[in-house]
Amino acid sequence: MVLDTGDTAFIIICTAMVMLMTPGVGLFYGGMVRSKNIISMIAMAFIAFAIVSIQWVTIGYSLSFGTDISGFIGGLDYVGLAGVGLEGEGIPDMLFMAFQLVFAGITLAILTSGIAERVKLSSFIVLGLLWTTLVYDPLAHWAWGGGWAGELGALDFAGGTVVHISSGFGALALALVIGKRSGFGKYSMEAENITTTLLGGSLLWFGWFGFNAGSALAANGLAVNALVVTNVSAAAGAITWMAASWIKGKPSSLGLISGAVAGLVAITPASGFVSPMSAIVIGGFAGLLCYGALLFRVRRGLDESLDAWAVHGMGGLWGALATGIFASAAIGGVDGLIYGNTHQFLVQLIDASAAILYAFIMTFILAKLVDKVMGLRVTEEEEYVGLDISQHGESTTA
Amino acid sequence: MKRVKAIIRPEKLEDVKAALEEKGYFAMTVYQVKGRGAQKGICLQYRGKQIKVDMIPKTEIEMVVGDEDVRPIIEIIRTSARTGKFGDGKIFVSPIELVAAIRNDDEIVSE
Repeated sequence: MVLDTGDTAFIIICTAMVMLMTPGVGLFYGGMVRSKNIISMIAMAFIAFAIVSIQWVTIGYSLSFGTDISGFIGGLDYVGLAGVGLEGEGIPDMLFMAFQLVFAGITLAILTSGIAERVKLSSFIVLGLLWTTLVYDPLAHWAWGGGWAGELGALDFAGGTVVHISSGFGALALALVIGKRSGFGKYSMEAENITTTLLGGSLLWFGWFGFNAGSALAANGLAVNALVVTNVSAAAGAITWMAASWIKGKPSSLGLISGAVAGLVAITPASGFVSPMSAIVIGGFAGLLCYGALLFRVRRGLDESLDAWAVHGMGGLWGALATGIFASAAIGGVDGLIYGNTHQFLVQLIDASAAILYAFIMTFILAKLVDKVMGLRVTEEEEYVGLDISQHGESTTA
Repeated sequence: MKRVKAIIRPEKLEDVKAALEEKGYFAMTVYQVKGRGAQKGICLQYRGKQIKVDMIPKTEIEMVVGDEDVRPIIEIIRTSARTGKFGDGKIFVSPIELVAAIRNDDEIVSE
């Protein structure tokens, strides 16, 4: 097949849109931390993007999409982008590489949730490189690069397991290793700047169109379906989370935007396989489930600070299962549970469980390792002063 | 009458407010301030480079109360804002000459 200029143009734009989601995550998280850590939070997203950009073109892309080794990881054939050219089927291979790069970047940015306001920047950089190489790359290979999950028939249109389960459950593991922020549960640690969070959330919603629609890898009907269900699911998630928080008090804007992100996360693996009406159910339930997970996390006194686990981890899990429930052959060629295909649901269950276990255990081990070698956490004084000053020598208030 | 001015850790404000309210001390003015105490700020070591954090954010609570309330308030603030480490803050007490309401013509003159 020859290059298609329409497809190529579309995926270039989608790649740029997904890139904007990474600083979007930074702003989303930055607004939720105390003002002494907002620069640190936004900077970590940029740093995640910068280091993954280099890791991806040198080795990450090859480990994810190189020739399959035992279903687990890709070979080294594309190291340094060897053989990744400007020609390809529909879109240039180089563009596919770039589109996948922006996914890897945002995933590491989401992971910062678990270590917010207390991580040593140098340790985060080392951990980030290890994590992307040893957690993200294998998971991407499993789902899309010819690995076992794809062979088994697991459906993951735009990264429910690869991006969201991995970062969500990874963040939980990190939070357990690094420990609670000092004063967590004792002091008020309310979101410092909701406006910033709403801005970040808006960029996420916008960029997600590129994330999901672009995953069709062509400007076609499937991309349109992905765009529509993405929007519907986000809207449904925003409404249910807001409604649930309304019952418990006030309809907070933070709940509204968190619900939208929950809906976006949940529809991600399903967006090429389900109808808009199914997307309402998927997003609506995601809002309730993720809000419930957040309340559970708070009750348990877990300081997974910015709820990557509740929103991305649990939302991603639900999305992976929902794909196996609501998939319709009329859209993506595969039927799910409601059309009588129990097998697909079981495959999704296996895939999601494997991703959870792998991401959680590997992240836990890597975090312990980095903690032992160089220390994961800042000193008490640095934490007190805030990471903006202690890690970057900058401040929003000075 | 006295003015009680307490400079505390920002993260302790909620605790102090709650503790004061519980004993019926409701009226207060709160400021976000920056400052340094006897330990001259905090010194951070960064790969051989020193970063001096001179002015540390603090919260100031200001209350104007009767003479007899000063001691109980000091106790409440000490109990609720203390961590035992440098930087817990200070409480200053000074006399007030006159309190004049704006809503009406009420005035209280100190003896």
